[in-house]
Amino acid sequence: MIPSPDGLRVLNKIFPPGILRVCGLFFLALAAFALVLLIFGKNPIKAYIDIFGSTLGSGYGLSETLVKMIPLILTALAVAVPSRIWLINVGGEGQLYIGALFAAWGALTFPSLPAWLLIPLITVLGFLGGGLWGGLCGYLRARGWVSETISTLLLNYVAILLVSFFVFGPWKDTESANYPQTPEFSEAAVLPAFFGTRVHLGLVLALAAAALFVFFLSRTRWGLEMRAIGVNSEAARRNGIPINRYILLLLFIGGGLAGLAGMGEVSAIQGRLRPSLSPGFGYTGFLISWMAGGSPLGILAAAFLLSVVTAGGDILQMTQAIPGSVVNILMALILFVVLARRGGKGAMR
Amino acid sequence: MDSKPFLLLQGITKKFPGVLANDRVNLELLRGEVHALLGENGAGKSTLMKVLYGFYRPDAGEILQDGQPIRIRSPQDARRFRIGMVFQDFIQIAALTVAENIALFLPDLPFLLSREKLFRRIEEIARRYDLTVDPAAPVGQLSIGERQKVELLKLLLADARALIFDEPTRSLAPHEIEGLFRVFANLRRDGYALIFITHKLQEVLAIADRITVMRRGRTVETLPGSEVTAEKLIALMFGEKEIGSPPPRKEVRREKQPPALEFRRAGSRGQGLKAALRDISLTISPGEIVGVAGVSGNGQKELGDLILGLETCAEGQKFLFGREATSWPVSQVRNQGVAFIPEDPIQMTAFPWLTVQENMAVGHISRYSRKGGLAIDWAAVRGDLDRSLKRLGFQIPSPFVPVGILSGGNVQRVTLAQETAHDPRLIIAFYPTRGLDVRSAAAAREILVSFRNSGSGVLLISEDLDELFAMSDRLIVLYRGRIAGLFTPRETTVREVGFLMTGSKEAGGS
Repeated sequence: MIPSPDGLRVLNKIFPPGILRVCGLFFLALAAFALVLLIFGKNPIKAYIDIFGSTLGSGYGLSETLVKMIPLILTALAVAVPSRIWLINVGGEGQLYIGALFAAWGALTFPSLPAWLLIPLITVLGFLGGGLWGGLCGYLRARGWVSETISTLLLNYVAILLVSFFVFGPWKDTESANYPQTPEFSEAAVLPAFFGTRVHLGLVLALAAAALFVFFLSRTRWGLEMRAIGVNSEAARRNGIPINRYILLLLFIGGGLAGLAGMGEVSAIQGRLRPSLSPGFGYTGFLISWMAGGSPLGILAAAFLLSVVTAGGDILQMTQAIPGSVVNILMALILFVVLARRGGKGAMR
Repeated sequence: MDSKPFLLLQGITKKFPGVLANDRVNLELLRGEVHALLGENGAGKSTLMKVLYGFYRPDAGEILQDGQPIRIRSPQDARRFRIGMVFQDFIQIAALTVAENIALFLPDLPFLLSREKLFRRIEEIARRYDLTVDPAAPVGQLSIGERQKVELLKLLLADARALIFDEPTRSLAPHEIEGLFRVFANLRRDGYALIFITHKLQEVLAIADRITVMRRGRTVETLPGSEVTAEKLIALMFGEKEIGSPPPRKEVRREKQPPALEFRRAGSRGQGLKAALRDISLTISPGEIVGVAGVSGNGQKELGDLILGLETCAEGQKFLFGREATSWPVSQVRNQGVAFIPEDPIQMTAFPWLTVQENMAVGHISRYSRKGGLAIDWAAVRGDLDRSLKRLGFQIPSPFVPVGILSGGNVQRVTLAQETAHDPRLIIAFYPTRGLDVRSAAAAREILVSFRNSGSGVLLISEDLDELFAMSDRLIVLYRGRIAGLFTPRETTVREVGFLMTGSKEAGGS
């Protein structure tokens, strides 16, 4: 290994390595994406100025970046929490949908409840829905029946179809012609937003979840046991740590966090349940968590960068006349860089 | 040409951060000799062999073959210079046959394999050196001793002339060791150069032509085997320090106390590589050491895990300290005062990337949880750890470093201190002295006996029959998951136990 120069060591003290690592990976991917833009015959510098100018250059742009960050932080934590004991949760997307489904049920069934009651209720329902969806995979894994990687991934499709079933079927709004969507939620079921922007209460929930994650991991008995399982699961078993209970619990909590993301989207952003609830927040969250190596601070940084990127897709479409989905190439490049680095580390062992 | 040694290592120096593992080491290896390499843990034997086999590059020094300097940069290079190594843990593919495993290793593997030709080559060499195994048998079905033969056949067919054996007798029964020594003699006759690493002095005295003793990274002396005694070797290995004989054992009064452990016709399901235990009936009283002899893989690990509750008691019953414990979870068993002292903590019970104090806390988590688990009482953790370390007479660098960066000996010390911190009533000692040098092994035995004397029950799982005979109040032999014999050490002999271990003889009477 190359010894790190002193400057870097000082940097490591100021910025935790999680953030440094995220930024480093991000810039590597940006450089590669510049090549793609060049092949398209576009000016990458201008494109990047457009992206960053419109997202970070104005109060409105910044607030919209924050809005996108909310589900990304939550779905990234949904991956990071179980990953502490090497569980791979690819099901953020499905857990998000089920969270939204549960929250929508609450909002539609009790429209007359006051906000101070209805909002906590749909929050709990959102968490519970995602949690059960994730916990189901946890149960299958704890019994040794199905790998959680497979079950969480496959249940994504089931979850999306389940939401479609309700919005095309029993919950369909009779007034909105043929649009597959539920009726609009009552005022009381909409999460409060701040300062006249679309930034809503979900941001507080997301930041609190990240803070709680750090606290639990570093201070509590459960955090210690989780870290122990992560280091050596055989030793954990011999020391009497109930690993199966942790598998179930952490996938439940992870799913619940993704469910909160779904609740936030459906309540604060959409105001009703639609099949096009998420442009793949669950998968982007997976990418974010892996970029950050599961570190909560890194997740905040990576969620910020990636919400700039997703917003950037729309902007490129408008200013550079290239398809907005071109940013998927950039995301793929980021994933590639993340995985390449991991593979390199693994091969060193 | 034959006047020059086959291999000559001169001034080999190898530094690791903070450790001088090899300090100007010299070693001469002749054709047709068995050269024993002796030394306590950390004396630098393994490092030296890894340099010779190309895993490490030395910081200084040179290696000469027949007087010509050679450079060994990788194990591939080493094999090209006709140096082979028989590892402690064999690298074999269990699902493939003996012949296929051997074929994979051959440098001149032809594109199309001729089964007959390969079989003929294997059998020819096997016959010559007393290494008979069935070339068509899947390796997974072979015993440890047989797998060792396969490993050796691999090297011989690949034309190695110098063979390094890293603790080859560790997992063998007595008569298998005799067999191995016959192989050594045959190889010596044909001019092979053998290096034999071991901790066991009797074996060295029995077979070695020359003995090189290492201490603290240096070669102390090379002596002809005919001129040494065990006392002399011990003095060279440890300097002038004395090795205590097994500690005195006193009678423990056990009336009115329920047994620490009782199995009534207990059994477990085998699965994959795990052996199934069948019909285990066994009691361990307080103040008693029950030894478990057996070739590894015959259910020892499963027996330990069955007590811990990690392995489910599929049939029969288990009682701990007089209470039915058949379906207790591991945490409950541990909280009742059952300690587990493993052979290799880093694999079985320790957490390398957690600090020493965190490891201690995990081991006794309900004792140190505060506020229902929201906080951990680190002061109490450190206090108890300190007290336990002091009682055992150990010192460790710091409670705040990850266990993974400690030396192997210190990891063992930390584990012992952690497991015995709260006066266990039952200790499962799982190969507690395997791989330890004579002095550390004596210390570990002393600890076990002192806990026995103060009233703990001890289950001692070991492969070292001398140790089992010296330590145990009673002795069982495990063979294929069953108790093949139950004795007091006085009633039996090492040889008889050795035969029972390998299934060569039925236990009398059962």
